[in-house]
Amino acid sequence: MRQLAIISGKGGCGKTTLTAAFSSLSENAVLADCDVDASDLPLILKPQVIKREDCLGLKLASIDPELCNGCGICLEMCRFGAVLENFTINPYSCEGCAVCTVACPENAVSLIPRVSGQVVSSITRFGPMAHAKLGTGEEASGKLVNMVRKKAEELADKYSCKLILIDGPPGTGCPVMAAITGTDLVLVLSEPTVSGLHDLKRAIKLTSHFRIPTVACINKYDINEKKSLEIEAFCKNSGIPLLALLPYADITTEAMMKEETVIEYSVHSGTSGAAEFANIVRNLWSEIETRLLETSQKEMYSKTLKAWEP
Amino acid sequence: MPKIPVQNTYTITEGQAPKLQDEKAQLMKIAIASGKGGTGKTTVAVNFALALEDVQLFDCDVEEPNCNLFLGFDLEPVEEVTCLVPEINPDWCTLCKNCASFCKYNALAALPNKILSFPSLCHGCGGCRHVCPAESIEEKPRPIGMIEKTSSKNSLTFFRGILDIGEVMATPVIRALQRHIDESRPVILDSPPGTACPALAVMGCADYCVLVTESTPFGFHDFLLALEATRALKVPAGVVLNRDGIGDSRVEDFCRAEGIPILLRIPDERMIARLYSEGIPFIKEMPEWKEKFKNILKTINTVTCKSKGV
Repeated sequence: MRQLAIISGKGGCGKTTLTAAFSSLSENAVLADCDVDASDLPLILKPQVIKREDCLGLKLASIDPELCNGCGICLEMCRFGAVLENFTINPYSCEGCAVCTVACPENAVSLIPRVSGQVVSSITRFGPMAHAKLGTGEEASGKLVNMVRKKAEELADKYSCKLILIDGPPGTGCPVMAAITGTDLVLVLSEPTVSGLHDLKRAIKLTSHFRIPTVACINKYDINEKKSLEIEAFCKNSGIPLLALLPYADITTEAMMKEETVIEYSVHSGTSGAAEFANIVRNLWSEIETRLLETSQKEMYSKTLKAWEP
Repeated sequence: MPKIPVQNTYTITEGQAPKLQDEKAQLMKIAIASGKGGTGKTTVAVNFALALEDVQLFDCDVEEPNCNLFLGFDLEPVEEVTCLVPEINPDWCTLCKNCASFCKYNALAALPNKILSFPSLCHGCGGCRHVCPAESIEEKPRPIGMIEKTSSKNSLTFFRGILDIGEVMATPVIRALQRHIDESRPVILDSPPGTACPALAVMGCADYCVLVTESTPFGFHDFLLALEATRALKVPAGVVLNRDGIGDSRVEDFCRAEGIPILLRIPDERMIARLYSEGIPFIKEMPEWKEKFKNILKTINTVTCKSKGV
């Protein structure tokens, strides 16, 4: 099974639009929406839910007012500022470390489980999909991303799918790392803006930190061609293959308004711009498929070689 | 600390809008947030701060701190953000394994002859030291990020936090950054996207939240998530509609029905996109926008006064 993650560093570059387009091009793939903070892929793919499961995050401290004598030791010991002056817990600050439970001389503090989100398995018109909803203000989004990926792997086994398409979260922090570790290829999406380039650099630093093969693509390349050239030069210097330049096109918004992928939309919209855009996406996808195939062949060879070793 | 009676700073006579000429008098922390990435938080934050001039701007998107790409200030380091991680003295350690079984983050693992520590998983709660009966654990600071500020004398005070690549804990860097806020002056906080812990850490410390969104299915969906977060935190919120003209009127219709003020509309103009891509705050080239951004503050003050019953 192969795994492809689409990330961007900067938000709003078109990750979800592109993932959705890939989903209608790929055959036999499972989708994994790992942007658990703001899961948008379901808005286009309209999944039919098969199963929802709670994700238990780190536990939450809870002070029993009957036992608490207000000594203030927990308040002093808590490094996250989660114990409030009136000896209640601020759930948005508590990281479930349990220091307060061992520090309290009255044994008034205990840890209670908390649901940090829900993992959802569903079926879309392009195949199975795993996604999630993170509870507001919850910390464990890295953990939830892991659960989504695990669910996606289960779905891939169940439906004998050969590929998992991961729609990544923005940023370079915990959820992004959880979304890319162990994948076979990462596609970093950029846009020709100062922030686009800056965030591309950070995202590539991250993928090289994890030693994951990385390819790049520029979206809306024509809004600033000079910046696009800068991005091209950067990719060349850092040995990142730049696979496609996508133009700025109204089709992306129009398709979104119709709740369709750009590929679906291009079929019936009839404009040449839409067809052209869809073709660039198709070419990009076949480039990616080739690379995914290469990685799987390499793996096969090395396995065969190992098998031959005395 | 003496509480500033905010309501008394306005002198209102019947039928008149509150007198808000003296913007310095409004002590306000305004967070610029959005559920979705790439909707224009940084654009709004930077232009807003430049329009108001004598304010503080804090870039709290520590995973992708992009404000300074538009400001171009010379920055100097202020503080290295560290996390206290355990260091075990093997001579004193009795291998009781208390620390490893206590740690909720799996940052310590007990081997038969040794305790292994994984500093990158540690949240720095200090619990291991607390539960160690042999006092063999010392805590050492481990850098996870950096706080920087403008070095030159500007009317705009600018601070930002940066999370080191490969680090997962954005929230401690945000909290460290927030400790540099001068409470006696208004401050604009550029928030990270999403509704997880880091975004909540920023929105939660604000008096008002400006939610930047666009009227598309993705934009609206993620806006609702962000709005839910502000309601959970009990922080009043208003909307900046970015790329106004694309999509439909769903955000506007919703805001009208819910009584959420629309503070500003930024049209989907090529000029604005172009300036953004170059890293130029658009009010610099389009000075007519200065007044519009200033008006955001006036609107916020009017609505917050109204809701306070002034």
